[in-house]
Amino acid sequence: MALEKTAPTNVPRRALVLGGNRIPFARSGGAYAHASNQDMLTAALEGLVARYGLQDERIGEVAAGAVLKHSRDFNLTREAVLGSSLSPTTPAYDVQQACATGLETLVGLANKIRLGQLESAISGGVDSTSDAPIVVTDRLRRALLDLSRAKTAAQKLAALGRIRPKDLAPVAPSTSEPRTHLSMGEHQAITTAQWGITREAQDELALVSHQRLAAAWDAGFFDDLVTPYRGQTIDGNLRKDTSLEKLATLRPTFGTRLDAEPTMTAGNSTPLTDGASTVLLGSDEWAASHGLTPLAAVVDAEAGAVDFVHGEDGLLMAPAFAVPRLLARHGLTLDDFAYVEIHEAFAATVLSTLAAWESPEFGRERLGLDGAFGTVDRALLNVHGSSLAAGHPFAATGGRIVATIAKELHLRKQRDGGTPRALVSICAAGGLGLTAILEAA
Amino acid sequence: MPNPITTTLSAKLSELLGFSPAAPLRRWAPGQPLVDGKVLVLGSGAGPDADADAIAALLSGSPAEPSATPDASGDEVLDGWGLDVYRHPVPDERYAAVVVVLTEVDHPGDLHAPLLAAASTVKKLARGGRVVTISRSAADASPAVAAARQGIDAVVRSIAKESRGGTTANGIVLADGVPVTAASAVGALRFLLSTRSAFVHGQLLPVDTTAGALPTDWDAPLDGRVAVVTGAARGIGAAIARTLARDGATVVAVDVPAAGEQLTAVANGIRGTALQLDITSPDAGAAILEHALTRHGRLDVVVHNAGITRDKLFANMTDAQWDAVIAVNIAAQLAINEALLTSGDFTDAPRIVSISSTTGLAGNRGQTNYAATKGGVIGMVRATAPLLEPFGGTANAVAPGFIETEMTAKMPALPRQVARQMNSLQQGGQPVDVAEAVAFLSSPQAGGIVGRTLRVCGQHVVGA
Repeated sequence: MALEKTAPTNVPRRALVLGGNRIPFARSGGAYAHASNQDMLTAALEGLVARYGLQDERIGEVAAGAVLKHSRDFNLTREAVLGSSLSPTTPAYDVQQACATGLETLVGLANKIRLGQLESAISGGVDSTSDAPIVVTDRLRRALLDLSRAKTAAQKLAALGRIRPKDLAPVAPSTSEPRTHLSMGEHQAITTAQWGITREAQDELALVSHQRLAAAWDAGFFDDLVTPYRGQTIDGNLRKDTSLEKLATLRPTFGTRLDAEPTMTAGNSTPLTDGASTVLLGSDEWAASHGLTPLAAVVDAEAGAVDFVHGEDGLLMAPAFAVPRLLARHGLTLDDFAYVEIHEAFAATVLSTLAAWESPEFGRERLGLDGAFGTVDRALLNVHGSSLAAGHPFAATGGRIVATIAKELHLRKQRDGGTPRALVSICAAGGLGLTAILEAA
Repeated sequence: MPNPITTTLSAKLSELLGFSPAAPLRRWAPGQPLVDGKVLVLGSGAGPDADADAIAALLSGSPAEPSATPDASGDEVLDGWGLDVYRHPVPDERYAAVVVVLTEVDHPGDLHAPLLAAASTVKKLARGGRVVTISRSAADASPAVAAARQGIDAVVRSIAKESRGGTTANGIVLADGVPVTAASAVGALRFLLSTRSAFVHGQLLPVDTTAGALPTDWDAPLDGRVAVVTGAARGIGAAIARTLARDGATVVAVDVPAAGEQLTAVANGIRGTALQLDITSPDAGAAILEHALTRHGRLDVVVHNAGITRDKLFANMTDAQWDAVIAVNIAAQLAINEALLTSGDFTDAPRIVSISSTTGLAGNRGQTNYAATKGGVIGMVRATAPLLEPFGGTANAVAPGFIETEMTAKMPALPRQVARQMNSLQQGGQPVDVAEAVAFLSSPQAGGIVGRTLRVCGQHVVGA
């Protein structure tokens, strides 16, 4: 597998991140316990509209999605647009790519802007684990469908007669993988053991995430990125006063049945979270005509997937392969980035990815390089905290990361000049991963 | 919305306390006639009165005439307001408004004819009627002239205390050299005649200079102007944002980040922009200016409405309670004004309007910290206005009395009912009443009102 610089140099034009808005993320069953995905996505859109004066504006396209989705929400994004102050003539569509949903909506829309197909767009994502769909068993569902099709009394009785008491129990939503029946945490626990990631390293990463997110809140960094919702004014999962000592007291929750010592706890894993995020995108011309300051350009993106079912790679390791391909396409190395954002599904996910990139063996045998792919300076990693502290409403995480780092890139450029770059990496269920390059505008 | 249960309780309570029921006040809406009925314009005496004639001509003139075309004498002819104007009181006639032009009185003896003529009409004024005097400032006048002029102020306040049925009485006090047809004299007269001034009562509004300009459209005087309103998420601030937008302004709604959800609703409702900002941060002025300039291309009006209370008896006042109120209510305003004044981008007839309080005029038990800031606002606008004058700008304050807001709704029922009744209109004002006064002082036609504080209090008993 030869990695070469193949990125086209004649890209028609830039796609710009112009701003973002999210609602504070809340812990499952918390402030948004009775808010639906549509409620939260609409609230995030409304905040964006208010911040950027987009009332009655016909946006080129709005794309968003949710991972845990009710069947009634087949047109979730369009319904949210209709409930917002945007022009009702704004088209919209739904996207679903597990935890990469939010970033995938952004990449697709950015590409349309680059092609000249759109002048403006809003990407987004939302998830509620509080208002998750509850599904009936397959046996009950089939029986009920047969009943609805039955014509005679005998057929109806036959359909009803097939229902057994145990069929009536609802099927709770689950984040376990359909092919392995292992939860995401259990999958990561295998990878954690594989890469020898220690408890201490995970707790330390979690602590830094909380400290940095808290510092950003205290500095007012999120004043123009977040709009309060239902009384929640700050990310509900943030623990400003946590410490290594406190994190060390938590009992391991994943990997307890593996041979290796279990290291993953509630403190170094993301909790179930509710929330929504949006990102405003546009062309240079559209930004100028609306008096909006471009924050960053979406340069490129690369999706990846690993064969976690049969192969040796962990469920959440796809970015370890996608990032080297993405960077090679642009002739870049990790050293060319001012910021690296790796979604903290688990502290160990980030650490396993970094370990893979630092491994000469992995670099040679899996990436086809001469040696290790590279090292990420921890000072540049998740500089304003990430999902361990903020929480992780699956589809909303991409928008949170992009809006945060786009603002940071813009501030950095204003301060130091140049064109600093950021790398964004998000792992997802199904062995998926999506990665992207942003540069300051 | 008023709660029917508490409203009923309040009515019962005020009945028990021996208060008469308050007359409902009419508020302004676009398209409403300026005055709904006949207008009587009285001059200073029996002889010819050029000022009264000019006012009568303005009020009765045809609104369709082209604006500001010089007539044969070279004087500007103002667009008329098309009202049904009478120059002499007709017995038993019902007037909607009485305008008494007293600019030519030289002695208290001169007050007899115009005021007693007005007195004969007051009993039959329509509900929600208007009595407006136009007089001159007593400052620097000779003893007899000063006595007459100063007397008028007290007469207006007395008429206000006698008025019933939601009728208001107010006066316009012109500085020497300011003609009755000056932009701000005309602007003030229109404001006081209209329902925009529903809760302004017993007030003397000074017009200091001939600065200012009449709007092209009286229903949209802020057309093309960009206004910033702090504390815009709720209550009076939200009403100000909506009223400025209704009058044509593009509004930047500012509030603390924690109030962002309500702020979003306000901004989206008026097609403005929301700016979540802690106004006490050192770069707040720069942030406001940058937002207004990049998004809307200019900044013309700043309304300092954000305020907090940390009530405590003086003897028990803590450092934190004192400091927080000073920081938000006055220090932030001074810093923002400083940033705007030194920017070079706040120079096209700019307006600063700051919210004071009757507490700032009269003091209030348990509010020494708040009083320091609300009195401070009055001093601040007086000193700031001259700095803006070279640009055709001005700074003024509005001092609300008891206004029905979420904040006052939390008061215990009895003190709240008493507080409502402590003014001549015998009711609390609405947030929009404060907003209308702010909108007027933000408008081009208020450019000649320099560093003043306008009370919107229904003639509250304290500090008048």
